[in-house]
Amino acid sequence: MTATATSALEAAYDRAAAGERLSTEDAVVLLAQGDLLTLGSLAAAARQRRNPGRTVTYIVDRNVNYTNVCVTYCSFCAFYRPPGHEEGYVQTYEQVAARLEELRAQGGRQVLLQGGHHPDLPLAWYEGLLRSMRERFPEINVHGFSPPEITHFAEIWKMPVREVVARLKAAGLGSIPGGGGEILVDRVRKVIAPMKATSDEWLGVMREAHLQGLSTSATMMFGHVETLAERVDHMDRLRRLQDETHGFTAFIAWTYQNPNTNLLRKVKDPAGSHVYLKTVAVARLFLDNVPHVQSSWVTQGPKVGQLALDFGCDDMGGTMMEENVVSAAGTTYRMTPEEMDRLILAAGWEPRRRTTRYEVLPPHLPTEVPA
Amino acid sequence: MIPAPTDPARDLRRLRAPADLADLAEKVVHAQRLSFEDGVRLYRHPDLLAVGRLADLVRERLHGDRVSYNINRHIEPTNVCATACAFCAFGRVASDPDAYEMTQEDVLERAAACVAEGATEVHIVAGLHPLFDLAWYEEILKGLKARFPALHLKCFTAVEIVYLAGLARVSPETVLRRLIAAGLDSMPGGGAEIFDPVVRSQICDNKCDADQWIDVHRTAHRLGLRSNATMLYGHIEGDEHRVDHVLRLRALQDETKGFQTFIPLAFHPANTQLSHLPGPTGRLDLRVTAVSRLLLDNVAHVKAYWVMLGEKTAQVALSFGADDFDGTVVEEKIVHMAGAESPQALTVERIRHLIREAGRTPYERDTLYHAVVREKAPA
Ligand code: SF4
Ligand code: SF4
Repeated sequence: MTATATSALEAAYDRAAAGERLSTEDAVVLLAQGDLLTLGSLAAAARQRRNPGRTVTYIVDRNVNYTNVCVTYCSFCAFYRPPGHEEGYVQTYEQVAARLEELRAQGGRQVLLQGGHHPDLPLAWYEGLLRSMRERFPEINVHGFSPPEITHFAEIWKMPVREVVARLKAAGLGSIPGGGGEILVDRVRKVIAPMKATSDEWLGVMREAHLQGLSTSATMMFGHVETLAERVDHMDRLRRLQDETHGFTAFIAWTYQNPNTNLLRKVKDPAGSHVYLKTVAVARLFLDNVPHVQSSWVTQGPKVGQLALDFGCDDMGGTMMEENVVSAAGTTYRMTPEEMDRLILAAGWEPRRRTTRYEVLPPHLPTEVPA
Repeated sequence: MIPAPTDPARDLRRLRAPADLADLAEKVVHAQRLSFEDGVRLYRHPDLLAVGRLADLVRERLHGDRVSYNINRHIEPTNVCATACAFCAFGRVASDPDAYEMTQEDVLERAAACVAEGATEVHIVAGLHPLFDLAWYEEILKGLKARFPALHLKCFTAVEIVYLAGLARVSPETVLRRLIAAGLDSMPGGGAEIFDPVVRSQICDNKCDADQWIDVHRTAHRLGLRSNATMLYGHIEGDEHRVDHVLRLRALQDETKGFQTFIPLAFHPANTQLSHLPGPTGRLDLRVTAVSRLLLDNVAHVKAYWVMLGEKTAQVALSFGADDFDGTVVEEKIVHMAGAESPQALTVERIRHLIREAGRTPYERDTLYHAVVREKAPA
């Protein structure tokens, strides 16, 4: 390493330690040359500045994939079926309600409602679905429709994004998940998801949602065809929008996972846990205006999911009674709320449940009675 | 054995040790030996990553950026075992439908397949079975050496040696001498479990005790064999037991210098008598790797055994003091499903990628840690 390279790294460490805003150059240097455990400690300190204490939150939720019919054909996706395929499905309102009954029985507070890009389900179908959910399950927040879905709706319903968001919100949509963010750099999107919303479209939906008072999460799927600089560009675009709107509640990153899809031909070596943890740590340092960083046990497994708490994450995401998109992709991690508690406790943290907006619910575990 | 610092001030800065670890950071930087109490403190300190950085400094002093892997195969001639260790998912009683017994020909055939797949070493361990006695093993070692003179034979845990000695009514030393004469090249480190007598009596009451285990390795080292040492953690043991275990190994190593590698073994509860236990967390996996690296200042290598840890935790262990990324490797591409339930196999290509991704330079080693040069070097 040359003297300048060393000092660029040291300077970035120093800025991170001081809690200063990192430049995109800093973030690239940290990803390229930073030491994993040093970055982890810096990120853990940043987490303590932002969310002090020993609490780690999670939400009891479930995933409802109301349809797998999709006309977007992303190369990394093993979930979708093209229209007319015999395995294609659209769930009825009753089927969705049955899933929410199960969720309610677990004390669930959120449903992650997402689907493929169905070519001809009308707005009225979605409005009806949202209304029926709100009526029967008022305590369960509908966290639904990632930006590519919203963009798709705008197209097929020939309606501006603003109106799509407004209509869905009026019918009961509570917040928007950050899915489909992938990497917000169009060169990368053209390779991995050429028919999916562009990065401007994705950010546009999020801006609109934030302006209308819906909170959203932000995601990044990395470790495929993007460069380190593109990974940082992605985080930079999120940070800029957040400076404007402050509507992102959390950032969630996961590595490209799937050995069974077309993308594998383009990605010889999927990223390992080393890169996952390093990236999460740099994200915690770089995204100084995003309140929470989630660990992705669904993609990394419980062990690394738990370890990420040492690398700046303060939230374990959802318990996810089912995770069709990821399990179709070959990962089959599952977790009950009790297992989630155990995992968090075993790592030395205090588990607390939360709402979609990160309101921490009263303690749900018996607290020790002092002797 | 750990080299002295060239720039202690720089090393100290790099460690970024919290104030309540500053004294241990000083000791580590100046390559001073850590005590029992130091070991327990390292287990209990909340800042796991700070402990990891101490271990990583030691690893780097010893090995620079090199991380090894080994193409080997395991052959288990029988799984019949009456010992019934509480943690064991392998041993079967003879009447069990899953019980098996290989013939000498079976073992030779297996070994031929291993050699064809590029293995430089076979690792032979088995259940404790009266028909698999000293004479049987002498014959198989001779047969293997005759057919595959270049293949390294790493065989028999200390527990098996003690058992063979009992069956033949001879001393463990005699068993070792006869096996060496038949072709034994080195010994694996299994059967150590946890040395503490109270814990040991609860997890493997019928097995040889700590002193016997240590004594077999002492004898093996004196007879010129190298061996490894293991520790099974994540069941019912506590921090003190792990520290005690490793310090007993360190004391023997001071005497003999015969251990090459320390291998922490993560306990897997499924299908054992201890299946009610949760098994170790990833944090404990990394903590054990790091603290062992720090305490065992006289043992060259610490292994990240990915078969037990899983690919993901094992890769992270390379930042917590491990310098050997080991486990049976397959040549053919088998999709590796993450998760402890699924069988695991990694290709050489994937292993090299994981090592590189962790910022290290991979090299293939033989049993004695010499670099293996193959005609067609892997990418
Ligand atoms: S990722 Fe979503 S949009 Fe892309 S093909 Fe799969 S279901 Fe369709
Ligand atoms: S002696 Fe070995 S094979 Fe037999 S039960 Fe114990 S651990 Fe299992």
